Formats: sequence, structure tokens, C-alpha cells
Amino acid sequence: MNQKLDLELISLTKRYGATVAVDAIGYHFSAGTYACLLGPSGCGKSSTLRMIAGHENISDGSITLGGRDISHLPPAKRGTAMMFQNYALFPHLSVRDNVAFSLKMSGVDTATRRARAGEMLELVDMTALADRLPAQLSGGQQQRAALARALITKPDVLLLDEPLSALDPFLRIRMRAELKKLQRELGITFVHVTHGQDEALALADEIVVMNDAKIEQAGKTRNVFDTPKTAFVARFLGSHNVVAMPDGMIAVRSDALKVTPVEAAKLPGTITNIEYQGTHVALTATVPGKQEVTALLSDKEFFGNPKDLGEAIGLDWQAEAAHALAR
Amino acid sequence: MRNNSVIGWLLAAPLSLVLLVFLVAPVAMIVVVSFWGATEWSIYPAFQFDNYEFLLTSNVTFRVFFNTLKYAAITWVFTLLIGVTVAYYLAFHIRSQTWQVALFLLCTIPFLTSNIIRMISWIPFLGRNGIANSTLISMGVIDEPLEWLLFSDFSVILAFVHLYTLFMIVPIFNTMMRIDKSLMEAAADAGATGWQTLWHVVIPLSKPGIMIGTIFVVALVMGDFITVRFMSGSQSANVGRMIQNDIALLQYPSASATAVILLVTVLLMIGTLLRFVDIRKEL
Repeated sequence: MNQKLDLELISLTKRYGATVAVDAIGYHFSAGTYACLLGPSGCGKSSTLRMIAGHENISDGSITLGGRDISHLPPAKRGTAMMFQNYALFPHLSVRDNVAFSLKMSGVDTATRRARAGEMLELVDMTALADRLPAQLSGGQQQRAALARALITKPDVLLLDEPLSALDPFLRIRMRAELKKLQRELGITFVHVTHGQDEALALADEIVVMNDAKIEQAGKTRNVFDTPKTAFVARFLGSHNVVAMPDGMIAVRSDALKVTPVEAAKLPGTITNIEYQGTHVALTATVPGKQEVTALLSDKEFFGNPKDLGEAIGLDWQAEAAHALAR
Repeated sequence: MRNNSVIGWLLAAPLSLVLLVFLVAPVAMIVVVSFWGATEWSIYPAFQFDNYEFLLTSNVTFRVFFNTLKYAAITWVFTLLIGVTVAYYLAFHIRSQTWQVALFLLCTIPFLTSNIIRMISWIPFLGRNGIANSTLISMGVIDEPLEWLLFSDFSVILAFVHLYTLFMIVPIFNTMMRIDKSLMEAAADAGATGWQTLWHVVIPLSKPGIMIGTIFVVALVMGDFITVRFMSGSQSANVGRMIQNDIALLQYPSASATAVILLVTVLLMIGTLLRFVDIRKEL
């Protein structure tokens, strides 16, 4: 991809009075990456996105895009475009006029404007609905219109603020596939804010996990998921057990746990819950220190050697499956 | 079902009754009387078109109606400009809701005094030896007192604007407050300047409020007689003054006919306005 269009955050800080919403974070997004900013609400991910977009002033630090400092440029001059959480389509304009809005603002003549808007609507498969008003569209259609509107400015970076949160679960999965496809086709950087870890894992090439105004961990999605560095990351991404062992906290993936006889195991436990999940069985056990640990066993594994509630078991894992945690 | 419809009628009855007694009946009365006849000393029931014929063929009627429309149009322009500006400032530039409410209440404070008092208090200010003239003279801007400050179209319109701007501010502020703030950001994201955002986003979305404010102001100015009387020093006339004069001379049929024509004019204007914007979705 085009090396020149990397997006970089340099000790980016946002303060609201005495509270620090974003605390000197730094990250380098390579051009053409699909990146997710992931974290619980109030972790500073939305503020970060809004600072990149230029809708929020920067308290400290800077943002560069393609080596150009864009920290204090107006939103439209940055080479970024934003897709808003509720899509923010202009309710009084047709879909076509919404998409063509930025061209109208820059004084492009009507014919060119309509043609370009037409191309964009074709890209998101909305040609048939071009003359509708936003209120006459479904959530998914509104999202496509908003996408077309953001993309018509030919941005180098598309910023998406919880783009799927307003959709029902079924549509959410379909739209996320479309987002990913679109990003691959366009080859531009997408920065996507979400609090849903499944969404982040499904979409992102890289994820940036934020907590308490700081980046907890960032990197290639698989690396972050496979080797969480803190208890927060392990818990937030899910499918991990965070266990306090004599030599410190570790994270072990639920599907890396094996049920063994008590004597041979790293941890003894008592089964407190068995949950059948179709392809898998989730087996929850209490282990010393009143901790709960969940083992995800394949149905064959479990029903080949069924267990009962209250039964004493041993839990074991391969040494390399455990990751020592910082906190 | 039967029971429900009875309850429905009962629920609608009190308001219908109030409207019937206090709106429909008086208007019907005015319409009826407008066809009556009158002599210098009496009025008599009749069904004749004399009043209308006299009004619609009189040059004076047209001049007075034109004057009334002129007041309404100029007042509308000024109240609209001030209304949009104030509402925009309150809705988009005041960040804290406490301040928004405080400043909004500040706008309504003049309304705690009576119309007449607010109107009359302009007189010492604008008069020949009033504050405005003496200040301008002492500043050396003018040598002679300005004659057109008081008892002129200027003072009439000034008073109208002063009295009725709030009726423009309130509905416009109300619609502007409902505009999603992210639309402003979306406009900025699309490269719109402040003015472009105002013209292409804020104003179109404030149209219902503008329309409601317009109806208030137009209806108030068209029906007014006291402001014109005081502020023009009885030198200008509008339709309200014409009706008032007729009533003073006990020419009720003629006054009624004028009132009916005024009512029809205002209804036509409002009807036309409503064709442009659907205000029902704002109410």
C-alpha cells in the first residue's frame, strides 16, 4: 500500500477540564489497514476518533497523515472522512443530495455532482433509492448512504464511529461483511470505533484496545488475541481465563484447557456449571482462591467422558498456552 | 365500540363547546352583521351587499390594506432576521443548558410588562426632545432633531418588531434545538463553511419554526390597531384602525364587513404559508 498515507498519533491527549479523556496515546496506522479502536464506554476511543476527524480539539500531542501534521486543520482539509454513529444524514435532502453535499459545498456544478454521487451510490448498491429521503430508508440503507457520503470526498482515512451499533444483530453481521469488502476494494485506511470484541475480531487487521484513556495493547488482531498482555485485555477480548497462579497472573484461552484427573493437573477444581453450546460444551469450575475458570470442550471430548455438577476435576494446559499478565 | 364512540364524543364536547361559543358564534355573528344596513343613526337587519360594495370600490380600503400589508411585511423581515439570529445563537453557540435556559428566560422578561407600557415607553425615547435625539445632537451626529423618529412608520414598525420578535424566537429556537448536533459536524466534515451550514442545513431544518413564527407575527400585525394608533400618533392607518373608527361611529355593519375581509385575507395568507411547510409534524 501507499506508504505515504500512514496515519500516526503522537502522544495525543484530550483533557476536559481536570479529567483526562485520552492520555498521551501513540499509534501508527499503516496505510490500507482496517483498524479497530476497542474498549468499554468512556475509555477515550470515541474522543480519539473525533480528534482524528477534527471534531474535537487536541489538548496535546499531534496527528499526522502521510507525514503531514493535520492536528489543527479543519475536518474537510485533513484527508479524513467520518461516518457518524447515527449516520447524521441531512433529513431534508434526498439520498443523492446527501451524498453530493460536499461537492455542492465546494462549488462543483450540478451535472458533475449528480454523476459523481451516482457512482458512489452504485458502489454501495443504493442507486435505486437515490431519490428517497433518509427517513424513508431502513437502518442498513441509511448506513450505506452515509458511507457513500463519506467516501465521495475520496478520503485517505475513513473514520467510523460505532457504525454497526444502530443495527439489529442480523443486519450487523451482514453490514460488517460489506464494510470489510468495501475496505479491501478501496484500499484505504479504516479506523473503526467499537465496544464489541466480536466485531473488532471479525473486521480488524489491527486492534487497539483502550482502557482508562490509555492504550492497553495494540497490534495485529491475532497477536493481541493470542497473547494478551494484561488481565483487562484478556477479559475484554473474551474466551480467556484470567487466573492468579502462585507465580503471578496468567491468561489461558478456554479452549486450551483440558479436563484431567485431579492428581495430574495444574489446577484442581469443582464443576459449578455445564453449558451445552451445540458444537461445544462450556464447563465452569471453581478453583482455589474462589476463582472461576471456564473450559471450552468440544462436544465429542465432553460426551466421551461426561462429568457432573459438583464433581472434582483437574484442569491442565500446555505451558505455552499460558501468558503471564502484567497486572 | 358503541360505548367507545359515546365516550369519544363526550371527551370532545367541552372543547367543542368552548370553540362554538367563543369562536364560531362570534365569527358567525360578525358575518351576519356584515350584511346588515346602516343609516347615520341606526342599523337594521338586512341581507345586502352595500357594505362590501362600498369597501371594495373605495380607494381608501385598498390604501389601508396596502399599508397593513406593508407593516406586516417589514415587521416580518426584521423579526425573522432577529429571531433567526437570536435563536441560532442560543441553540448553537451557548453550550451549557443552564445558560441556554437563563438567556432564553431573559428574552421573555420584557413580556412581564404590558404591551401598552412597552409601546409607550418608546415615546420619551424617540420624541423630538427625547433621549435619542438629544444624544445624537450632543454627539454632533445631527444638528436638528430627527422628525421621523416618532409618530411615523418608523416608530410603528420599531414597536411591532419590539413587541413581536419573541414570537419568532420561541418557535425557531424550539426547532433549532431539535436539530441533531452531529449534522453540524457532518456538514463541517463535508467542507461546509459556517454560512454554508447555516444556509443549507440549519435554515431548511428550521423552516417549520420559521413558519409558525411567521404566522404569529403576521396574524398579530395584521390584526393590530393600538400600536398603530399610539406609535403613529394617529397619522397612519391600518385595517384595525379602520374597524375601530367604524365602531366608534357605531357603524357595526361596515366594521363587520371590514373584519370579514381582513379575516379572509389573513386566512388566505396563512393557508398559502402552510402549503410550503408541514408544521403538524412539529406540533
